[in-house]
Amino acid sequence: MARAVIVGAGPAGITAAATLAARGVDVVLIEEGRRGGGQGYRAAPPGLDLPMRRLLGGDLAAWRRIQARFVALTMPMKGLHERFPGFAGQVEFRPGTLAWNIADSVVHTECAGTLDEIAYDALVLATGATDRIMPVPGWTLPGVYTLGGAQTALKDQGCLIGRQVVFCGASPLLYLAALQYARMAGAAGARVVGVLDTTPFAEKRRALPDLLAAPGLLLKGLGLLAALKVRGVPVRHGVRLSAFTGTDQGEGAGVDGVLYQDAAGRTQRIECDAVAFGFGLRPESQLAELAGAALRYDPTFRQWFPAQDADGRCAPKVYVAGDNCRIGGARAAEAAGLIAAHAALADLGLANGGTDTQLVAARRTLAAMERFQRGLARAFAWPHHWAAGMADETIVCRCENVTVGAVRGAVLDARGGERELNRVKAAVRCGMGRCQGRFCGNAAAEIVAAALGDAQAEPGRLRAQPPVKPLPVTAAPKEPVT
Amino acid sequence: MSAGRTDVAIIGGGLIGCATAYYLARRGRRVVLLERGFVGGVSSGVNFGNLRLQGRHLEQMPLALRAQALWEGLEAELGESVEFWRQGHLFVALNEQHAAQIEAFHHECRPYGLETELLDRHRIAERWPWLRGPVVSASWSARDATVNSRLVSPAYARAARALGADIREGVEMTAIAREGAGFRLACADGSEVLCDVLLNSAGAWGGAIAEQFGEPTPVFAAGPVQLITEATGRFLENVIHAVDGSIIFRQTQRGNILIAGHPRVPVDFANRRSRVPPRKLATNLARMLELAPHLSHLTLLRSWTGIEGYFPDMIPVIGPSRTTPGLFHAFGFCGHGLQIGPAVGMCLAELILDGRTPTPIECFGIERFAKPVTADRAHLAAEFEGTLLDKIGAS
Repeated sequence: MARAVIVGAGPAGITAAATLAARGVDVVLIEEGRRGGGQGYRAAPPGLDLPMRRLLGGDLAAWRRIQARFVALTMPMKGLHERFPGFAGQVEFRPGTLAWNIADSVVHTECAGTLDEIAYDALVLATGATDRIMPVPGWTLPGVYTLGGAQTALKDQGCLIGRQVVFCGASPLLYLAALQYARMAGAAGARVVGVLDTTPFAEKRRALPDLLAAPGLLLKGLGLLAALKVRGVPVRHGVRLSAFTGTDQGEGAGVDGVLYQDAAGRTQRIECDAVAFGFGLRPESQLAELAGAALRYDPTFRQWFPAQDADGRCAPKVYVAGDNCRIGGARAAEAAGLIAAHAALADLGLANGGTDTQLVAARRTLAAMERFQRGLARAFAWPHHWAAGMADETIVCRCENVTVGAVRGAVLDARGGERELNRVKAAVRCGMGRCQGRFCGNAAAEIVAAALGDAQAEPGRLRAQPPVKPLPVTAAPKEPVT
Repeated sequence: MSAGRTDVAIIGGGLIGCATAYYLARRGRRVVLLERGFVGGVSSGVNFGNLRLQGRHLEQMPLALRAQALWEGLEAELGESVEFWRQGHLFVALNEQHAAQIEAFHHECRPYGLETELLDRHRIAERWPWLRGPVVSASWSARDATVNSRLVSPAYARAARALGADIREGVEMTAIAREGAGFRLACADGSEVLCDVLLNSAGAWGGAIAEQFGEPTPVFAAGPVQLITEATGRFLENVIHAVDGSIIFRQTQRGNILIAGHPRVPVDFANRRSRVPPRKLATNLARMLELAPHLSHLTLLRSWTGIEGYFPDMIPVIGPSRTTPGLFHAFGFCGHGLQIGPAVGMCLAELILDGRTPTPIECFGIERFAKPVTADRAHLAAEFEGTLLDKIGAS
């Protein structure tokens, strides 16, 4: 029987797993976290009783759908198999498991210090995305989180990141995260003291034709904005973030305010004890790269994505689905998971011949979502032009404590500077630490591009190297490898 | 594009090419270096950074000691840091055979001017109290050092450029033709270079150039695996190196543990890609933990390898071509080119400009491959993975 390995139990991975298992493929579903659902539709851990209806608002139905699919998928199905032999493939869910490398059609995993190898006939990578960061002076202060990090604290731990929280940046997550906090904060005596959107409102108007590709989501977005206003949360558009202020030493260390220039160019300050910021999402594409995918530059998003065909094929036997290959959000991920699974079935010779109506609908959804996301990329623009003016002393690589000036200096070295991002990394260690450039890579690429002085040039990208995330040095195979 | 004329053209911008370009430029010669990627990108910048003197082939000692003297003044010479650190090197015997090896070397290296100190288990425990595992004895060499290998070739290239050398990155040489007493090189970007003297320092790819001039060699490619952990508190000031090379580690100045260990692994030579075989990570980590179990709390951040050229006799080719006046070879450094690199560059500059060098390097001549050489499997078993030995027909 064919075996599919799926990495990532978010909407894309769960949908792909369900689709493949229903057609008799054995599925191993690998998830780094403890539970399925992904970043957006995560389930709270046992013992944490979150008021999901209040937290999620209109997203409750989608959350329920994905969670139900996940539960059905990973329920012990032994009885079912005995009664209906050949009805469906087994799904083995491996939580708390890191897929750290892919080589020669084998996924290499680590779980609680034990290494394992899983050979596959089809590999669906649904590894999602993380926040894209543009450094702001003070972004490494205690109390400064990414937008996604703030959401994780709330949904996974039931924690607020502060009592007076500023949400800022340019991201589809900006209003969503702010509103989820605003919904939950009141009861805890906390509040959202401001939302600072770094994209001018006029850009949102210009993005309207593309945003209309998904009118429902556009309405939802406008609804978020309206709901924030109803709750009295000040929302500012077209701001430029100057600094997160505060102290990073001693007792009481932490962020105490956000300094910014408003749309009219006036300097303003909001006091706060926590900040969540981010500038859109960046794909977790390292595993696809290690599996053999080429990476392709997308000028709309100003970043690199695994090159794929319309069905998510990116290398022999390898498929990508979800935000790790095109930033599209949960609905797009669900559709892409279905499409990728069908591509895998076709390549495994398990296609059922006819046209699947679900598949047709998924393709339509994906096309619409893609257009919508292009609109979002404009409505929440990555402020790449900030890179040129960023102060030298600002830290860009927090793992290795590398400043903007060091990165810039490696390029501008009068004795012959580096002209390529990976070379800059080799020279100044930017991207060499724990996160392996996942958080500093985008900004470092823009700083290098700006220093090279060619505004049209594509920013580079840091190459992936295994392990994609840190491994314990004690990690060892269950059976000693001979 | 019209052909640029130069005194010396160098193919390959690894350490050897860059250092030679620098020493030639320092003596006022016009130099063009052609590197299809980035200088030091494939081999010279991916290694452990060991400037190891002890345990070297004895015939290499004069070259190695000349190199160490150059290293000791290199940062001042080039005007930038390469993280040179005279941290000393502990050669650890894990069995009686290793112990006999380091003891023999202790006596043999002395006439060349290298002093090593033999340590018994008691002395080792005094200086490295955390060291565990089946350590029988060790040899200490205080003059051995390390550098950050990533920084070295770019530093040489910058210094050579400052002296007028033309270091061209991203330019691939595609054809060599004899022209009069010199050479005409054609490049993929359409440019041409005319030169009187040609240096083949193309690493694992040097064999193809030598072969074009009637000098086939048994060069083959392999990758040295490197791992690095997150940073931890400083505890180790020296290189710890098992005599058989099965495990080698040191702590960087930032505090990370850099780990290497034989056997070297196969690489995709044709496509110029190198990846660490996944199982190699656990193997090398376990070996390190056997000697340093107190590091078990760390995490591994990164692994990498590169593409190095090797010969079955594990020494490089350095010297003039025996078929073609004006052509010089320096490639296939067998995983130990970093330490001798500066001296090799100096010797090549002397050979090219003066016709001779005071350092004995005759044993590295390419003529040793005039008759076929077979790889000795038993001799190379610890050095390379079995599949690689199969491929090169070791027996």
